[in-house]
Amino acid sequence: MMQEQIFDVTVIGAGPAGLAAALAADHAGAKTLLIEREARLGGILKQCIHDGFGLVRYKEKLSGPEYAERFIEQLPQSGVVTWTLSFVSQIKRDGTDSILIVITREGMKQVRTRSLILATGCRERTSRQIGVHGRHCAGVFTAGTAQYYTNILGKLPTKRCVILGSGDIGLIMARRLTLEGAEVVGVYEAKPTPSGLTRNVSQCLWDFEIPLHTSKTVTRLFGDARLAAVEIASVDACMCPIAGTEEIIPCDALILSVGLIPENELAESIGVPIDAKTKGAVVDEHNETLLRGVFSCGNALHVNDLVDYVSESGEIAGKAAASRSNCARGLVPVECDNSLLYIVPQRICRNAEKQDRLFFFRSARDMDNATLTITKGGNTLYAKKFAHLRPPEMERLPIRLTPEQLVGNEPLRFHLEDSEHA
Amino acid sequence: MHDTVKSFQIREIVCIVCPNGCRIRCAQTPDGLQCSGQKCKRGVDYAAAELTHPMRSLTTSVKTAFPDSPVVSVRTDGEIEKAKLIDVAKALGQVIVEHRVKIGDIIAKDICGTGVNIICTSDRLMHP
Ligand SMILES: Cc1cc2nc3c(=O)[nH]c(=O)nc-3n(C[C@H](O)[C@H](O)[C@H](O)COP(=O)(O)OP(=O)(O)OC[C@H]3O[C@@H](n4cnc5c(N)ncnc54)[C@H](O)[C@@H]3O)c2cc1C
Ligand code: SF4
Repeated sequence: MMQEQIFDVTVIGAGPAGLAAALAADHAGAKTLLIEREARLGGILKQCIHDGFGLVRYKEKLSGPEYAERFIEQLPQSGVVTWTLSFVSQIKRDGTDSILIVITREGMKQVRTRSLILATGCRERTSRQIGVHGRHCAGVFTAGTAQYYTNILGKLPTKRCVILGSGDIGLIMARRLTLEGAEVVGVYEAKPTPSGLTRNVSQCLWDFEIPLHTSKTVTRLFGDARLAAVEIASVDACMCPIAGTEEIIPCDALILSVGLIPENELAESIGVPIDAKTKGAVVDEHNETLLRGVFSCGNALHVNDLVDYVSESGEIAGKAAASRSNCARGLVPVECDNSLLYIVPQRICRNAEKQDRLFFFRSARDMDNATLTITKGGNTLYAKKFAHLRPPEMERLPIRLTPEQLVGNEPLRFHLEDSEHA
Repeated sequence: MHDTVKSFQIREIVCIVCPNGCRIRCAQTPDGLQCSGQKCKRGVDYAAAELTHPMRSLTTSVKTAFPDSPVVSVRTDGEIEKAKLIDVAKALGQVIVEHRVKIGDIIAKDICGTGVNIICTSDRLMHP
């Protein structure tokens, strides 16, 4: 029988979300454990050497490792117990406690924790998930893999490449590979608009005259052991390739930047309900899931485009996890129609002390002069105008909602209206 | 990207100063530079610089002598001319870091005569 170690709060994952959560829980007086499977703390930020991190939080343009260090350097003075090279292999539930089996360098350990925070980040979509046809040869990899090779291993993974998808990591890597001397033939995006931030299209592609082709996709791969060329075709509004538009582009790599998905294997293993829209857990405004005592934050909860909000979401979870009770929450559902891609949190606690709630949402499409309304039953509780909304740019919305406004079980409904339809 | 309205040349510039990424429409008029679309004043300064002497910061990596971290990340401690980005990156391709440097340590002084230094942005060499 393994000896059981007992903590108030246990955080899985030491990326920016987990680091912020652990420090916030410790600050609130909880005995806190932080578990990371890799040797180094910082999560994906270790390989994000470009700047632009911390613009909101520190008003500075930091690189990923510099941003992570601002949190890592606080750990020695805190009471947080940190286990690296440690992997959570199994979670069991005992009432609202969680029991973790952790594989560490010293062997297997068992942890009992009152609150559990899942900060496991996200992973990238791969070619299997987008269905590119052709032989499976070397030279097809994700932008994150290219980033790891270039920035951590110091090995240039391509001499001449095509980038499929216009996600931010792909745009960042187009510039990075160009600076390292590789040729980026172009970025190809099946949708009519780029999926990355406008500022990244500008500073990563335009600055280096790298072409961005929208409404085009890769239809076939050529090559034996290593990729030799790809076939590109235009697509119609339904994303189907248009016959006769094919062109062949010689290249030694196809780099995919086709989206991120929250990593929730552990959450699903204990039955945490997942939102089909975000692919992350359903949470209340304290980032507590529908399972009492289990919290989710950062990119495991929903894919953020700014690390500053990832840290904030970790702090919300850490603070709430440290002081949690099992009192009834009085959950009110929060819903959105198809004018929004998603809304987080998906529940609001009617019984919460604090009336200021923080919502995050993305619009379903580009909108100008849009009006956001929140209704409950027949009543409009809130309305706000937005000059521009773009799906790649997440909106952060603090709103005050009183207990009186939250009476009754009807959901809060979020809706966006374009100026054209108004 | 270029169109002409009311006989003035209009250029759209994406401000990269903050995550908002405002699209700023700029026109050189006899009364000076006219801008619209920026959410704050920094956008006007950015647009003015962009039209005359575009400046950028550079982030990249340099090789090290240490097998546990074959490269370490670096950046410019100020901005350099956009046109010099590739030259500076090429020059840094020749640099090899031989000490266990930490965040903020200078890797190269006055790189390519730009007046800015290259500084280390990671502590990975400090924690092998
Ligand atoms: C390849 C890639 C590049 C990105 N580039 C950028 C960028 O340039 N700018 C930006 O703002 N955002 C970027 N993102 C989004 C980025 O994920 C977030 O900004 C931020 O790093 C998310 O923080 P996080 O803490 O939620 O997740 P992460 O940083 O991914 O951290 C999750 C941590 O959990 C650990 N973990 C997972 N499962 C377990 C387990 N079972 N047991 C123990 N530990 C576990 C992982 O090892 C990792 O350290 C990128 C994402 C990816 C995938
Ligand atoms: S104009 Fe102001 S708000 Fe808009 S991107 Fe530039 S700095 Fe940000």
